Amino acid sequence: MELPDESTADIACILNGEPIRARVPLRQNLVDWLRHGVGLTGSHVGCEHGVCGACHVQVDGVVVRGCLMLAVQADRATVETIEGATSSGRIRALQDAFFNRAALQCGFCTPGMLLQAAELLAKNSDPTREEIRQALSGNYCRCTGYHAIVDAVQAAAASLRA
Amino acid sequence: MPDTALPPDGWIGRPMPRAATRRLIEGRGRYTDDNAAKGELHAAFLRSPFPHAAFRITGCDAARALPGVRAVLTAEDLAPFCRSWRTQSLAFPGLVSPEQGPLARDRAVYQGEPVALVLAASRAVAEDALELVGVEWNELPAVTDVAHALDAGTPPVHQGLSSNLAWRTEFGEGDVEAAFAKAALVVEERFTFTRHTGVPLEARSVLATYDPAAEALEVRMSHQIPHQMQVHLAELLDLPMGRVRVIAGDVGGGFGIKMHVYPDEVAVCAASRLTGRPVRYVCDRIEALMADIHAREHVVQARMAVDAEGRILAFDVDDIQGLGAYSIYPRSSTVEAMSVLRTVGAPYHFSAYRARLRCALQNKVPTGQYRSVGHPIGCATTERLVDLAAAARGEDPLEFRRRNFLPEAMMPWTNPAGGRMAELSHTATLAEFERLLDLPKLRAEVAAMRAEGRCVGLGFSAVVEYTASGPAAYGRAGVPVAAMDTVVVTLEPTGDVVARASVAEIGQGIQQGIVQVVADAVGVPPSRVTIHTGDTANAPHGGGAWASRGAAIGGEAAWGAGRKLQAEILKTAAALLQSTPDALDVRDGQVVDAKGTPRMSLAELASTVFFRGHELPGGVQPQFTATHQFRREEDLFLTTNGLQASLVEVDPDTGLVTPLRHWVVGDCGRLLNPLLVDEQVRGGVVQGIGEALLEACRYDPGNGQFLTGTLADYLLPMADNAPDVTVGHVETPYSGSALGAKGAGEAGTCGAPAAVLNAVNDALGSRGARISELPVTPTVILRALGTLEAAE
Repeated sequence: MELPDESTADIACILNGEPIRARVPLRQNLVDWLRHGVGLTGSHVGCEHGVCGACHVQVDGVVVRGCLMLAVQADRATVETIEGATSSGRIRALQDAFFNRAALQCGFCTPGMLLQAAELLAKNSDPTREEIRQALSGNYCRCTGYHAIVDAVQAAAASLRA
Repeated sequence: MPDTALPPDGWIGRPMPRAATRRLIEGRGRYTDDNAAKGELHAAFLRSPFPHAAFRITGCDAARALPGVRAVLTAEDLAPFCRSWRTQSLAFPGLVSPEQGPLARDRAVYQGEPVALVLAASRAVAEDALELVGVEWNELPAVTDVAHALDAGTPPVHQGLSSNLAWRTEFGEGDVEAAFAKAALVVEERFTFTRHTGVPLEARSVLATYDPAAEALEVRMSHQIPHQMQVHLAELLDLPMGRVRVIAGDVGGGFGIKMHVYPDEVAVCAASRLTGRPVRYVCDRIEALMADIHAREHVVQARMAVDAEGRILAFDVDDIQGLGAYSIYPRSSTVEAMSVLRTVGAPYHFSAYRARLRCALQNKVPTGQYRSVGHPIGCATTERLVDLAAAARGEDPLEFRRRNFLPEAMMPWTNPAGGRMAELSHTATLAEFERLLDLPKLRAEVAAMRAEGRCVGLGFSAVVEYTASGPAAYGRAGVPVAAMDTVVVTLEPTGDVVARASVAEIGQGIQQGIVQVVADAVGVPPSRVTIHTGDTANAPHGGGAWASRGAAIGGEAAWGAGRKLQAEILKTAAALLQSTPDALDVRDGQVVDAKGTPRMSLAELASTVFFRGHELPGGVQPQFTATHQFRREEDLFLTTNGLQASLVEVDPDTGLVTPLRHWVVGDCGRLLNPLLVDEQVRGGVVQGIGEALLEACRYDPGNGQFLTGTLADYLLPMADNAPDVTVGHVETPYSGSALGAKGAGEAGTCGAPAAVLNAVNDALGSRGARISELPVTPTVILRALGTLEAAE
């Protein structure tokens, strides 16, 4: 079998605080590159059409759908995945709250959910349940029914304010 | 008699978070697609674009010539490596479900049926190659509408069939005709339940590695029952069971979707065998929505007879089930319909029952067991009839239920539908439910909202669920399904305990439950217990995750294994301490005397046994690995009961229904971990709300094309349209086991659709609208209100 004939481009970006250079297929989306090119499998692929939010990563400080952005678009960007957000400690309060409140079951949506919740708390340190539900409405969770997630985000917000 | 010596102040019953979720929270989960194998090939499937077609593959050369493509495989290519299969069951004699293989041959009978397979260096290249496979399609008439599938003159779903009837039955007891003849009140409704599916967020995925030198197959897959897959893959690929290892690592949700034998997954295993290379395949979302099992397509005509005192006399139910093109392998899709018909009337006393079932083949993907199999249909049917009866009598719907609940004193009782009711707590559950809801206050709130002009409704449902199936359920049917579980516990040299279990973790938290049980059974803190599940090489055979069985069956196995290990620890310690086992106990990792004074730590004991065996007295051979295999001998199912309430608001202009709040009180026996049980209930409720309001697998009525292949078309509950769910419990431990646990994971899903349906009808009642269709979409509402014209 011959090697596949893929058009590629070279990119350079800051990934989880470290510079990285890579040659990526032009048609590869960001989350597939992160997962299979780099080996950061904490970001997940749930729908590949921008609905479920399991692929959420942060690009230049904004949470984006990793399945709706091409890897080449990350050239010269700053990218942070769940792995980076974990090791920097910036979402620790949310992670502890999710753990204690059992705000996850299968865990497949959780990395994307945490990044989205962190973005909310960065803008709003004391969100209401409705505001939390609104902010997380682009992240599907099939297991929990969301109630415990809303509780956990509220608890994390309270602990960060304390 | 079960050994029921649960320690006071033990770990069982404590609301502990799941230790295992730390990994998932930090992005360190390992789902199937997170594992790559050296030298792997990626698979992509060519699937039938038509619901029914004859086809001929005319050319694979162009696809094979594409750089990066290793193979293009058809049914003929895989046939030498894989047997075909046919769904059969002694429970459903005469069931019509033709032979199936991993790829369709000559004829596709549902849209999404795999017909060819490409193996390539990447998934993208494999998908490129699919477009180069030449296929001549000859589209045939398709049968999709369940209501007409059985009509004379409807074309057959499979070539050569004279009818699309897959199976039929009638059953029941008592004189139904007499009951309806003497009834003071008869309520009747025709219900339409639209297909939906489970949508685990991680789609089905498989990484198969066949080693031709060892003649062994290792399969990583996202599955609820790795041991079941080991049995079937060994049989289909003609390998000894010991040379098939199935590993289900982290599983991103199951809900019943991942407990069947799917053609594509078998094809991937066969392809690995054919090529001698690892093959990886992950369903994309469109494939998952189209070709995962669907569930719960029923048209139910039901009536209920009530006497002058408002007591239920009888039910008479006719169900047509949309089965799909095949009865799902190996358990059979008909199980769902039988579950529907066994659930009708289940919370109540009644004296006559007649059920008529026809299962219709369709040119659609097979239906199968989805969370709370069949129960939501039976529950919605019953609870809607109950509300209609209460309304006709002008009485409170909860009062009607209170009068008709099966009295505790009558149990155990086998009802005329054949359901055996035991140890249910309707009276206590209703009392707790009324306390939790604070009904007078809630009703005042509803009245106040209505006074503001808001269209709100409050609906109730009573739930009885058949959980934790016993060995006879599939055993009598001749279907190879394990209703038992195995747990192996080992005391390690450090005094730590390792448990290996055949139960499967799919997010429900059973690992944590088992850890708490083992901790109490042995006498160590949970932090000293490590559990391994999801690997056939790790634990002997057992049932995995289905039928809410983990706590009730796996938990018993864990208790039994832990007690055996503790007995061995005490025997060994007594020999070393010149004491007797009866005079000692194990608490918090220490061997203690009768006063609770520590005599020896488990670390000291175990290191003596493993590293300084010469210090042991002669004749002492400690067995620090204990195995327990548990099967329940009594009670085919463990029945559980509960009540739910739903408060909804309807927008009469748009037809949109917003669930405002939801309440549940359930009795699932002993709670091993109330925190995790509560979240199972909440998640189940919201899945049921999705069933009630949003979720539908739709097909074009003209050409049978599948219309809901994306998550923008197939709607799921989201954070901003799901309500808060208040949960309460009544705890009636099952008397026939040590732990007393019953099933907990599906009851939320069982009762939520019924409660929502009743709530919507309560909201619309004053406007003269009546709804008997799920999901209750805006279109359904507007048609019921007369704003939109009715469908044909």
